[in-house]
Amino acid sequence: MKIPVTFTLNGTEAAAFADPGQNLLELLRRGLGDLTPKFGCGQGTCGTCTVLIDGEPQLSCLILAETAQGRDVRTTAGLANGPELHPLQTAFMEGFAAQCGYCTPGMLMAAKALLDRNPSPTRDDVIEAISGNLCRCTGYEPIVEAILSAARAPRHSTGRPA
Amino acid sequence: MPVEFRKDLFADERDDNLVEIGKPHIRQDILGHVTGRSPYYDDHLFDGLLHMRCVRSPHHHARIRSIDTSDAERANGVVRIIRPSDVPQNMNTLLALLNFGRDDEPLLTPEKTGYRGEPVLAVIATTEAAARDAVAKVKVDWEELPHVLDVEEALKPGAPVVNATYPNNTFDYHDRYDHQKLRFGDTQAAFTRADHIVEGEYQMSPIEQAPIETCGAIASPETNDRFVCYTSTQALFFSVAVSAKQTALPSSRLHFIGGTVGGGFGGKVDSHHEPLAILGSMLTGRPVKYQWDRAEEMQVGAPRSGERWRIKDGVMNDGRIIAREFTGFFDAGAYTRLTSYGVQKCTGHLPGPYTIPNVASNTYCVFTNRTPSTAMRGFGITGVDFSIECHMDRVADAVGIDPIELRILNAYRDGDMKAHRRTAKNCALIESCQVVAQKSGWALSHDAMAQSSLIGGGIGWRGEIPETVIDFAGEIGERRSNWIDPEPYAGAKQRELVAAGTENEHPATGNAPQREDMVIEAERLGFKVSDGPPNAMPVPGPAPATPPAPADPPIPVAPVPAGTVPPPPAVPTPLNGTGAPRRSTGPGPSLPAAARGAPQPPQPTPEPHPPAPAPVPEPALGTPRPAPTDTAPPAAPDTAPAAPEPAQRPPRRPGVSRFISGPRGRR
Repeated sequence: MKIPVTFTLNGTEAAAFADPGQNLLELLRRGLGDLTPKFGCGQGTCGTCTVLIDGEPQLSCLILAETAQGRDVRTTAGLANGPELHPLQTAFMEGFAAQCGYCTPGMLMAAKALLDRNPSPTRDDVIEAISGNLCRCTGYEPIVEAILSAARAPRHSTGRPA
Repeated sequence: MPVEFRKDLFADERDDNLVEIGKPHIRQDILGHVTGRSPYYDDHLFDGLLHMRCVRSPHHHARIRSIDTSDAERANGVVRIIRPSDVPQNMNTLLALLNFGRDDEPLLTPEKTGYRGEPVLAVIATTEAAARDAVAKVKVDWEELPHVLDVEEALKPGAPVVNATYPNNTFDYHDRYDHQKLRFGDTQAAFTRADHIVEGEYQMSPIEQAPIETCGAIASPETNDRFVCYTSTQALFFSVAVSAKQTALPSSRLHFIGGTVGGGFGGKVDSHHEPLAILGSMLTGRPVKYQWDRAEEMQVGAPRSGERWRIKDGVMNDGRIIAREFTGFFDAGAYTRLTSYGVQKCTGHLPGPYTIPNVASNTYCVFTNRTPSTAMRGFGITGVDFSIECHMDRVADAVGIDPIELRILNAYRDGDMKAHRRTAKNCALIESCQVVAQKSGWALSHDAMAQSSLIGGGIGWRGEIPETVIDFAGEIGERRSNWIDPEPYAGAKQRELVAAGTENEHPATGNAPQREDMVIEAERLGFKVSDGPPNAMPVPGPAPATPPAPADPPIPVAPVPAGTVPPPPAVPTPLNGTGAPRRSTGPGPSLPAAARGAPQPPQPTPEPHPPAPAPVPEPALGTPRPAPTDTAPPAAPDTAPAAPEPAQRPPRRPGVSRFISGPRGRR
């Protein structure tokens, strides 16, 4: 039996029917067509499915879709304001902080949760914040640098949590 | 006929003005990455998408007695079960497209599985969960077979036969040898005059590529009688060609879309998802996704092969390495994939970035009941380089010389002749060592700091191909009957000299004859019987009378003035005493007694496909095993080849691979 789920997705009301047992990642990708969170492991180890739920980074592959009911969900699709990129996105581009790009959406969301909570993180704060996100192209160093450089950049109008 | 390589054409155009290093660049694809819009294969939505999962062997090595799918067929959401007999061309090997190796691996295995996780059936269902449930309902009656997981165990007599296509548990090189050879000079003679012999053994593990995006493909019927396939492949044209072959569709009916890969590192070359997804789409008329989960990626995904290396060096007191022998074992797992090629790539790399006048290697591509191994980031090179550099430290220790200075002393210099008979160019090891020493505060002697890759290379013996001793150990058929130990020279029953200056024209000296329909020569070496000794090498005239072996020449450590050319390296006296390079009819004087006890007459015509030791049973589920199209009858060896047999190979048909069978082709 399908379960109706409504929540806020990137500031807009979203509704979909979830299959019993379906995880939030599948609902976002197949049910709502937001393909920015990726499937990497399905067991909560790689972090590429990371989304923000009420401002906290969560692994959407481990979250039952129906538990998103009434929550505020944010994905990489909502980072940019139209053509205007979020400072994190700009910093990732300029700092070569993505190679294959598959871990990038999860990295960005983990970093956004950090910067929303702590606008001036230390290097250790950044490393801690992305410790649940794996990058196999071994680009951690530029990723850490990009997040630090985004933190130094002027705050972006869309960068704050709603 | 020398081949002209692009890298040679542009060798003089190297730009040393490396102004880009350290400067950030904006990748052209990065906007898609940071906005999450880069289209990976799974980012394409289809109505009515079906999901495929495979029934896999839980055993290292097992025979299928029977399969009961009745419960699975009745399970909720199951649309179709694909069996081996549903695959139009079930057998394939990835490099068949390059005419390298025989079709040895089924897409779905009908009868006997060779590794844990090998797929035997594919279940297509409306959801992934339904496909998983149905897979769990398939009942396979397995007969577990003895398995072998170690490369050298696999080479022992009586070891389980892992892969019926290669019953010796070794890949057959050039249809003739159970290993890939490299021969350059005479290591045995050099060892006898070396001050030190340094030996070492090194073992590398398999390494999983572990991309964050697991391997997969989605195929769907298009409206124009084609199938579209979105894939994570790293090798789109491999995947197109393999899919065309295995689905028996002309490639013009396949529309492949790839190019956005969520990490590959070599693990997305093997092209198993695309043909299965397309086949599922053909059989159901609907879009089908075949995606590995993480557990499959780690267990079934082909890793870098594990390698075992034994290295033996002959070293002089001053640190000059005058001989180096390798015995290498690549663990191919149960099927060839790309390991056969990794071995050849490796052989072209030996003996590492060092100019050593006598080099020999025997490298085996061994089948074991492990997960098949394939490409991964410098495969064939990385493992042996690890061994070589460990060994260099061991040599430095044995001789009592600084390890970096040892490397500088023996390093390639521009113009040096490498063991695979190409000239070293653009060498930079000496400079790299100097910079490393400088940056790390490691004191080098003034002499070592004064060296340069541009100076002293190619002078005298350094630039020449020495007279080379080769042997015929490990010929296919010999191993099957005698199981000779896999060591360089130890089992050599016949030795032969190849004259100095001879280039890559013999499989024993390290370079393969190229794919037959690309070779210009009328006849390929090794399959040709002409006048003269059987299997004669194309040696340009008799070798010059060999002078007595001089002492090992010193490596020039400073610019050598013209005219003071160092003497050539020691060369052995020809075995047959005439100086004429030919295959000796009897054992040489230095051969071990065991080899003398078993003289074997020359074989005029090696068998391209040796007969299997036991009849290969027909696949249980009805997929015919493609027969090699030109299998030579295992004729009794002609012990007196007075009238040489003509070559047993069929006329060459350009563009037609004898390894590709089935209905593929001109449609």
